[in-house]
Amino acid sequence: MPSLKLQYQVDGTDFTRAGEASSSVKKNLRKLGMPADIIRKVSICLYEGEINMVIHADGGVIDVLVYPDRIEMILADTGKGIADIDKAMQEGWSTAPDEVRSLGFGAGMGLPNMKKYSDEMRIESTVGVGTTVYMTVRTGASQSA
Amino acid sequence: MTVRDVARILNAKVLSGEDYLDIEVHDACGSDMMSDVLAFVKDQAVLLTGLMNIQVIRTADMMDIVCIVFVRGKIPDEEVLAIARRKEIVVLATDERMFQACGLLWDAGLGRR
Repeated sequence: MPSLKLQYQVDGTDFTRAGEASSSVKKNLRKLGMPADIIRKVSICLYEGEINMVIHADGGVIDVLVYPDRIEMILADTGKGIADIDKAMQEGWSTAPDEVRSLGFGAGMGLPNMKKYSDEMRIESTVGVGTTVYMTVRTGASQSA
Repeated sequence: MTVRDVARILNAKVLSGEDYLDIEVHDACGSDMMSDVLAFVKDQAVLLTGLMNIQVIRTADMMDIVCIVFVRGKIPDEEVLAIARRKEIVVLATDERMFQACGLLWDAGLGRR
């Protein structure tokens, strides 16, 4: 059983609110006394994922499960899906519209950053149905701790 | 150097976080692309940017960045500053352009340990 379960509905219509879920998770992990470097890895993974949900998928649902030895993140949307996941994982490859670039994102770094800062990442996507991203960050503690 | 030194070197106005000017900073990142900032992990860092939206503050919050410097005389709106205050992030505004601002801080030793 996870020691903490968090769930967020991400609003896909308001870019100014993107990041609120990630910010709340960060606050919760800090309350649990997680090490700063672990919190930062989780924050980056979630924030990039949350931004992606707003840019590409009109929002979605984020679940965060905190276990002693790991933090699991599941980001599920019912957006347009990713046609070529390998391509989407390449740094610099992006389908984001220009207006997103003027907001400081859309440079094709989101998924590579998520891969870089998570210990495990898996993407399931079907075009026209949606995308689910699974990420795990290990805390370095043992499972029973 | 401290955040106060950063403000002095850049002749910057302090827009939020007056209580945190004595925090030590060790490194800095200059970018308008927030995903590039998210790829840069350093402790006690300064972010210099010309981008003026709420995602700058959120990015700084995620990265534990202690000070944001808005370059080229830009002043963010009150909504942006309110979030910065809540997150206890110092916000500075300088008339220097990005290139000069980075150069001045580098010249003063920031990020060169």
